[in-house]
Amino acid sequence: MTSFADQLLVLVMLINFVVLGSSRMAISIRAVALQGIALGLLPGIMHKFSWHLIMITGGMIVAKGIVIPWLLTGAVRKAEIRREVEPFIGYVATLLLGAVFTALAFVFAAKLPLDPEHQGLLFVPASIATLLTGFLVLTTRRKAISQVIGYLILENGIFIFGLLLTSAMPVMVEAGVLLDLLVGIFIMGIIINHISREFSSIDTSRLTTLKE
Amino acid sequence: MTDILIHLLLTLLMPPLLLGVIGKTKAAFAGRTGAPFLQPYYDILRLLRKGSVFSDVTTWIFKAGPVITLAATCIAALLIPLGNHPSPVSFTGDMILFAYLFALARFFTMAAALDTGSSFEGMGAAREATFSCLAEPTLFFALIALSRMSNSLSLSTMLNHYSVTDWLRSGASMLLLVGGLFIVLLAENCRIPFDDPNTHLELTMIHEVMVLDHSGPAFGYILYGAALKLFVLQAFFIHIALPLKTGNSLLDWGIFIVSMLILATIIGVVESVMARLRLVRIPQLLVAASILSAFAMLLILR
Repeated sequence: MTSFADQLLVLVMLINFVVLGSSRMAISIRAVALQGIALGLLPGIMHKFSWHLIMITGGMIVAKGIVIPWLLTGAVRKAEIRREVEPFIGYVATLLLGAVFTALAFVFAAKLPLDPEHQGLLFVPASIATLLTGFLVLTTRRKAISQVIGYLILENGIFIFGLLLTSAMPVMVEAGVLLDLLVGIFIMGIIINHISREFSSIDTSRLTTLKE
Repeated sequence: MTDILIHLLLTLLMPPLLLGVIGKTKAAFAGRTGAPFLQPYYDILRLLRKGSVFSDVTTWIFKAGPVITLAATCIAALLIPLGNHPSPVSFTGDMILFAYLFALARFFTMAAALDTGSSFEGMGAAREATFSCLAEPTLFFALIALSRMSNSLSLSTMLNHYSVTDWLRSGASMLLLVGGLFIVLLAENCRIPFDDPNTHLELTMIHEVMVLDHSGPAFGYILYGAALKLFVLQAFFIHIALPLKTGNSLLDWGIFIVSMLILATIIGVVESVMARLRLVRIPQLLVAASILSAFAMLLILR
């Protein structure tokens, strides 16, 4: 079954590039939702059937594939932004940077002292590449919504790394992480609306001075 | 021997038919009857019968451009294996020659365009140079990945090596390669969404603007060369996308012809359902294609 898991991880890494290259919020949000669903399917493929596993899979798919994208779409609609207009670094440049980071992730993963059974798998390079993509989106985009998307991708990267340990990961920990994420996105959605109401823009580069 | 004869006959006669199929598909989507399948042949024959007009300010480069372009494409057509049969000419490393024959053809098209001194043609040449620079890495990453998978540097063994088992074993990287190469196939042949072969709107033309000053037989060579290029790149694409093998020589030729026609129909469908991209978006898509095939290479080399 590892080959099917590898295909899913390739899909996850491709979605990283979609997010890096697309300027439309709706496409980015759908791409991240798809990434969440793909990741939700992964533990089911990797391990034997158990109720614990069903809980993790179901929780992942509902939270990352449905609830969070729905919240984000709502925030986008209220703030009336369709696309990221001027990122700090252009789309082609971030795409190339993303490609370089992915290649570096493969090089780095090959050098890590992993367990022999994890050696040939795509999990470690995919998780590092996804993490770095998350950082890239967080740092190069201006709009608060794009930064939330970057944060989500970052979390997905951490989740892929955690998959190697899932048999040891109790369901409460996983549920706690998902709940944190959900609450985080919820709060960010509210904050985005407040920012856009206050400043009639959600460009975070304007939020440079503090006032009392 | 018969295989080589069929190879030569197909490369000489089939290319304009692909253009006819694309045209017919687009017409069917638009609800028209469309020109007959053989219309591109009639067009080329009509152009070959006409006289030529050469501008006084042009030099020999302008006259040599179409001839060299056609010749380079013909040699590339000899290097590519068709339908699981080895190509007439093959040697170790011919994949580099294959890639750079197209570059040579493109160089002379651009030089001929610049030779007229027209500002429009210069603009087209500049665009062609930019976009082909961006399309070239995709082709090379794909070639590296393919030669690594088959442990060979010659196109014949490289492309005939694939079978359905490769798809089962490394489906993800094959899918990435197919995606990247399809984008290159459309970009190199100036099809929608990169360039509209029917448009004559000067702001957006790429390929058509470079050949505006050619007339008569020279323009016929250019049309035929473009069709031949489409044929060769389609054949390259089919080897990777549809690696069907039966072992029976004639049946393989039949499968090859049918799959070429299907691919031409698919291109026609893509042209009918997509709009042209804005010029600023084209480099973005080409870089994305390069990343797809670089990623495939990474997965295969790993």
